[in-house]
Amino acid sequence: MKDYQASYIKLALPKGRFLSPTASLLAEIDVGFEGYSDKAKQYRLRSARFPSLSAKILQEKDIPIQVAVGNYDLGICGLDWVEEFLVKYPAGALVKIASLNYGEGSVHVVTSAQAGITSLDELAARRNDCRIVSEYPNLSEAFALNLRMRRFRIFPVWGAAEAYPPENADLAVLWGRSRAHIATQGLIPLEKLLPVTAFLIANRESLENKDLSQILMCFDSKLSAEPQTPIENELNIRKELKIPRPSWPAKEINLALPDGHQQASTAQFLKQAGLTLQGYSEEGVSRRPSADLDWLGIKVIRPQDMPLQVANGNFDLAITGEDWLREHLCRFPSSPVKKLFALGLGTVKIVAAVSQEMPATDIDELRSLVQSNKFAHLKVASEYINIADKYLRDNHINPYKLIPTWGASEAFLPEDADMLIDNTQTGKTLEQHQLKIIDVLFRSSACLIANKDSLASSDKKEKMKFLTQKLRAGLK
Amino acid sequence: MKNQKCKGMRDLLPQDMLRFRRIEDTFRTCCRNWGYQEVRTPTLEYLYLFTATGTLTPSMLSKVYSFLDWDGWSGERVVLRPDGTIPVARLYIDNLSEQELVRLFYVTNIFAFEGTGKKNRERWQCGAEFFGGAKLAPDVEIVLLAEEVIRRLGISNVRLQLSHAGLVKALLKEFNLSPAEEAKMTNRILEGNWQALTKAKSTTPEVDRLMAALLGLKGKSSSFLHNVKASFPKVSRDFKSSLEDLLSITTLLDNLSCSYEIDIAAIHGFEYYTGICFQFLAAGEKIGGGGRYDKLVPLMNGEDIPACGFALYVDPIMKLLALEKEKKGKSGILVKGKELAPEIIKACFAVAESLRDAGHSAELGFTGQEESNYRWVILISGKEPSPFVLKDCIQKRRRDAASMAEILKVVRGG
Repeated sequence: MKDYQASYIKLALPKGRFLSPTASLLAEIDVGFEGYSDKAKQYRLRSARFPSLSAKILQEKDIPIQVAVGNYDLGICGLDWVEEFLVKYPAGALVKIASLNYGEGSVHVVTSAQAGITSLDELAARRNDCRIVSEYPNLSEAFALNLRMRRFRIFPVWGAAEAYPPENADLAVLWGRSRAHIATQGLIPLEKLLPVTAFLIANRESLENKDLSQILMCFDSKLSAEPQTPIENELNIRKELKIPRPSWPAKEINLALPDGHQQASTAQFLKQAGLTLQGYSEEGVSRRPSADLDWLGIKVIRPQDMPLQVANGNFDLAITGEDWLREHLCRFPSSPVKKLFALGLGTVKIVAAVSQEMPATDIDELRSLVQSNKFAHLKVASEYINIADKYLRDNHINPYKLIPTWGASEAFLPEDADMLIDNTQTGKTLEQHQLKIIDVLFRSSACLIANKDSLASSDKKEKMKFLTQKLRAGLK
Repeated sequence: MKNQKCKGMRDLLPQDMLRFRRIEDTFRTCCRNWGYQEVRTPTLEYLYLFTATGTLTPSMLSKVYSFLDWDGWSGERVVLRPDGTIPVARLYIDNLSEQELVRLFYVTNIFAFEGTGKKNRERWQCGAEFFGGAKLAPDVEIVLLAEEVIRRLGISNVRLQLSHAGLVKALLKEFNLSPAEEAKMTNRILEGNWQALTKAKSTTPEVDRLMAALLGLKGKSSSFLHNVKASFPKVSRDFKSSLEDLLSITTLLDNLSCSYEIDIAAIHGFEYYTGICFQFLAAGEKIGGGGRYDKLVPLMNGEDIPACGFALYVDPIMKLLALEKEKKGKSGILVKGKELAPEIIKACFAVAESLRDAGHSAELGFTGQEESNYRWVILISGKEPSPFVLKDCIQKRRRDAASMAEILKVVRGG
């Protein structure tokens, strides 16, 4: 029997969009944490007022699962991620306490003018396949099932869902500030699924057994059972939307380029290769940059999503990381995606790391530790769940549990995970968090990948060859 | 580790399998006697097979075990068979739709997540499907076939309840709900929540009266339906035609002395059914059900073929079967050596083989099995002139035997 009274209370706090309003709220209700700011140097925080209360800063997406597994008693994160979890695991260990009444926008189901869908009834009656792209695959599936959609496929993406319709998806389920905001992206909002406000959530067992009252009382004045949607939003629904109808003619060859931190070096590389692009520079990134080759279509999406998109023929070529290609091939070994060549940019190591306290210096020693029943399960946090899964199987680590993360796995060790499998450039961040590398799985740099069928297609072969050679010239 | 079994899964132990096989064997025999042929479908099917008909409720579909296969990069999900009928309909469309009339049966497991922990997530069912043919006779055939299986299994106090999906749908139409409300209401009724409908604001006193008659009364013969027909002359055409359909089926069942009760609200989960639906109850539990589903095959891109079928649920039926004590000591023979010397062990195997060749079941005894559990025990000493000792466990006698022929003669005679 656990001694619930005496134990500490752990709170999971969000990074990103909700960080600053959450920090203001906590300051206002006097549960303030020193160092909970955009510039936070460390993940672990202690409350000045309540000695038993500690907090950790996590990626928002990670918070519902971390609270559900009981690593945290309470958490604050957006309702979208809470519902994304609950729709899949309704009887689980996660309990919604109340809306904190700040937040913005909603999760919408959107389509594009070209998809030829104007209402939900039409969607329900549609007999052919409907491709749904979303960062919220569970909410998307529930939406499709509730509508009794006849045939649908869901493509989970790490981001940039708005870039996919109409060529690469019929529907997207995504966050939008308002219907007008969605319309400015050339998309048609079909239905609002839920408003995105910050929510206070709790672990069921903690709520049932542990005294959290002191902390909950602090939130008392700020709680409201019903999320309040800004009135402006509601008005928008009645307003006729003027949706721009950009035309995106089909191109013969489609190339995907990365956004985020890989963008600058990729742009530099393309310049060296002599490929002139508009809308893919440090001054501004468009989701659809244009090239001086009229047969070439370009989209900017997340590198994580590229192998799956190339496998499905949405793109013929893409510049992604070798890590993400391997992650994809671990999951789908016979996928028709092929690496053409590495660009040698942004090289990182994919490593297995553990706390410096752990008495193991390599994976063999770790295996012995696991075999000696030191852990109920070895908990492994990773952004690369398929690579991690294969690595652990290949190394006969048993039993283990995988904790999927959305980056910054180092925050999980040592309390919430025993090991991480993640990328590192210099290893300095790991060292700062008192971690040590026990294995290097492989090295990864940016690479050009291609769809095997496109390479073999008589219609595409010549242009694929031309473009590949041009890009190869960019290699120093 | 105390228990390593997956949550929601169930082991079938030897005693369970005796019951299981009895159900299966009875079902197979009956089906074959009625001209049905056995089929087996794969455990994995595409998920869209189950969404494509648009008939399964979202709450049922949200409990399927679906996942991406190792080559599922296209996003096409596969599912552990959540239903018995749809895969058999697929099998029929893929392979047998040339034939005018097809009678098929199967014994299969189906998978559905169950969160309360009170039911299994893997369930077994014995099902039969009738593709093609006119109405009426097949409807009655499947009811009677299911009833025969239950009867031959010796389950007593079984109630047969009848309803009609067309009648339920026509009744719902009388409420003049919006399409969205009607869809919601249909989902609730499919989940067995009829109160939602009784609480709904009805349009006319006439509808209230109809509801009271259909939900409040339980008919025991076709006369009940004649009464309904006479009392409500103004109902819709759809309602009338469904009523006529149920009337002709019940009249036929009356003529065949099959007893039943008509309970419109008793049946739920009739997702793809269009005509008659029925279920069997025993000891308060549903042990089987079925009905007519004329739109399923065309919705699955097959021809416009009418069909009907039923399934019996093995798990609740197993609980109802009285377990006969396995009558050991009747035919079982234990063959054991006096010592574990290689030549004696060899002789044991040879003797057991001769016994099995002669049609007996012979178990080898190398450890201390309880001899009284067997009909005969043969002790092998290997020492001439009588290398065998034959023990009769019922008569409590023992005799020496010189040869295999002598043993077989005694065993056969005993």
